[in-house]
Amino acid sequence: MSGKESTASKQSVVDDLYAESAHWNLNAGEETIHAKRMGGYWRKVKWLAAFSWIIFFIGPYFQWGDRQAILFDIPHRQFHILGATILPQDFWMLSLTLLFFALLLAVATALAGRVFCGFFCFQTIWTDVFTWLEENLEGKPQKRRRLDKAPLSLSKITAKTTKHLIWLLISVLTGISFVAWFYDVFDLWRDLFLLQAGSVAYGTIALFTAGTYVLAGYMREQVCFWLCPYARIQGVMIDKTTVVPSYDFHRGEPRGRLRKGQSEEERTTGDCVDCKQCIAVCPTGVDIRHGQQEGCIMCALCIDACDEVMGKIGRPKGLIRFESYEALEANKKPQPLYKRARVWVYSAIMSLALFGIAYGFTALAPLELKVIHDRQPLFVLQSDGSIQNKYTLKILNKMTTDITVTVRAEGPEGLVLVDEDLVTTARRGKVTARTVFVRVPKPMLSAETTPIVFSVQGEHDNQMLQGSRQSVFIGPKR
Amino acid sequence: MADNNPFPGENNTGHIWDDNLRELSNPPPRWWMIAFWASVIWWVVYGVLYPMWPVGQQPTQGIMGWSQMDEYKQGLDEVEAVRAEFETQIKGMTAKEILAAPGLSQYTVASAKVLFGDNCAACHGGGGQGGPGFPVLADDDWLYGGAIENIQQTITMGRKGIMTAHGKLLSDAEIDSLANAILAGNPTSDPNFAQKGCIACHGMDGKGMVVLGSANLTDGIYRFAPAEGESQLDTIKYTIKHGVNDVTEPKTREAVMPSFSGRLSEDDIKKLAVYVYKFGGGQ
Repeated sequence: MSGKESTASKQSVVDDLYAESAHWNLNAGEETIHAKRMGGYWRKVKWLAAFSWIIFFIGPYFQWGDRQAILFDIPHRQFHILGATILPQDFWMLSLTLLFFALLLAVATALAGRVFCGFFCFQTIWTDVFTWLEENLEGKPQKRRRLDKAPLSLSKITAKTTKHLIWLLISVLTGISFVAWFYDVFDLWRDLFLLQAGSVAYGTIALFTAGTYVLAGYMREQVCFWLCPYARIQGVMIDKTTVVPSYDFHRGEPRGRLRKGQSEEERTTGDCVDCKQCIAVCPTGVDIRHGQQEGCIMCALCIDACDEVMGKIGRPKGLIRFESYEALEANKKPQPLYKRARVWVYSAIMSLALFGIAYGFTALAPLELKVIHDRQPLFVLQSDGSIQNKYTLKILNKMTTDITVTVRAEGPEGLVLVDEDLVTTARRGKVTARTVFVRVPKPMLSAETTPIVFSVQGEHDNQMLQGSRQSVFIGPKR
Repeated sequence: MADNNPFPGENNTGHIWDDNLRELSNPPPRWWMIAFWASVIWWVVYGVLYPMWPVGQQPTQGIMGWSQMDEYKQGLDEVEAVRAEFETQIKGMTAKEILAAPGLSQYTVASAKVLFGDNCAACHGGGGQGGPGFPVLADDDWLYGGAIENIQQTITMGRKGIMTAHGKLLSDAEIDSLANAILAGNPTSDPNFAQKGCIACHGMDGKGMVVLGSANLTDGIYRFAPAEGESQLDTIKYTIKHGVNDVTEPKTREAVMPSFSGRLSEDDIKKLAVYVYKFGGGQ
């Protein structure tokens, strides 16, 4: 390699580096992003997805029988979900539910990228609604930028105050709706107006109001960039086969402006006309033409924008489209779903979790028994020569009515349950404790500890309910 | 240094090391300053509202009039208010009536745990399991009767049973024979039992007498459990020989249940009686 060539190649390497660094822009929120709003297919999908959050606001008002259909009653340690009441003892189901949703996030991300971020995340949706209001109250992005820079005037104050009041109203409603899942909703409204709700309720509402107002009103995409762990986690779940909004650089490059009078046949540039509409509509200020990047929440609004421009200038749509890196780069056909190991593994774990939850709901035992053997003393010698053990039975009644239960014990021969005929009222939704004594004649004990099974039985709606548990009967050392 | 600053027009402090390593005076971020001043304001407001400055004997009291002691007392009052309902009921009831009321007896068992721990557990064990020289409260073998009234009386008045030391009255062989019969659970099989007057206190059948507090010698439950390295037979012999609470015998066994009437209120004793009864031996 001659000296001249070497210098030239060095120069080209440096040029590349500079070209790259020119694109590098750290979005740390110095400038408010006023994204342009355009219609389109994905815009419609986004609104539809956003509407799924309506359930968050109206959910608490649904009733089931004489109570709220879904109520997470923390003071009473009960979760009511439609007909089912879940006590802390059944909390393992919550773990499975969380597992299911964690995996759902993983599988959705592996297949189609950050669909959660782009379409379902509350941060995205609340921000979307807030900016939609902004657009309707203050006008298009250009006008908004001018208004931001304009000196204080009566009209500016009116416009800004109206916007902030509506933002605050939405924020307060968000806070109240959140609390309503944990607090009877009608009581909540009454208590709020009578200033009788507890400090936890007011505190939570205040926190959510402030959170919604600040996060959706001011921080916006900064949350996705710098606060949200899911944004980063999902980023690493994406691979070459994941279908994500991508700019088709084969088709687009070299980009060039549309010239007046130039016919399509004479054109030497690619399909991209460098109109920058994809950047203008991006809520996080990303240029998708640089490829996949951390700021992209995959909301697909740039696809709408590009398609509209392509339609107007008569070039085929889909210059920016949902496509995998593999398909774009290597022109590979995407593998069908059933041939991908991830799909199978994720689906298997999700099915397991779902199966577990379903099992949990069908097998929710209405009566549960726990037995605690008294340890001080472990056993007592009685005057008739028998050995007595003391147990505390904890009877959990998960139903909504009290039931009367009888206690039984099965164990070594000659076993006597003291006061066997005594019935206990197992209080609804609570643990009822009862102390019982069991006596076994000393000669019947062949070992220091012998298994013993306690059971409680009660009748409810002509149905026999039972809970049982094994414990030990302890005698003297042999 | 500042006179010949090699980096003029820059916001450095004039502190320069190694030619070009210099300290800049950049303002902290706005959010940081806001948080800083908010904390300062918080601190001032807190100092006005709450006790803060250690001035003289007493710190400044704060205009809210809040004190930790008041909050503690308030908490105590809350607990007392919950208990009051039960406590007033207990006042007007006998121990037997408390026992018969399920909710109340449950409350009593829960609240008397502390009383038992403070007053009884040192000798009788935390669960009434007894200890060397101290009777088990959890079994159904009672020297003075296991009815709730008996238990209440025992706690109130205390107990002190007496057994004469028989070392001078009986030969070693006789003591040996009696002790073996007792260990076998059949004291009446030994003619000495009747002849030497044991029946006077322990009864014709050897089952003891509640009025005297004499032990049942037939049930295999012993008032005095063997000490480390001793057999049950040894302790029986010892008891026969030296007696219990016999003032004439220096090596006699001491067995005194003190009276609690001066130490505990009547209500507390009632509660304790219920608590002991519920160990499982109450009759």
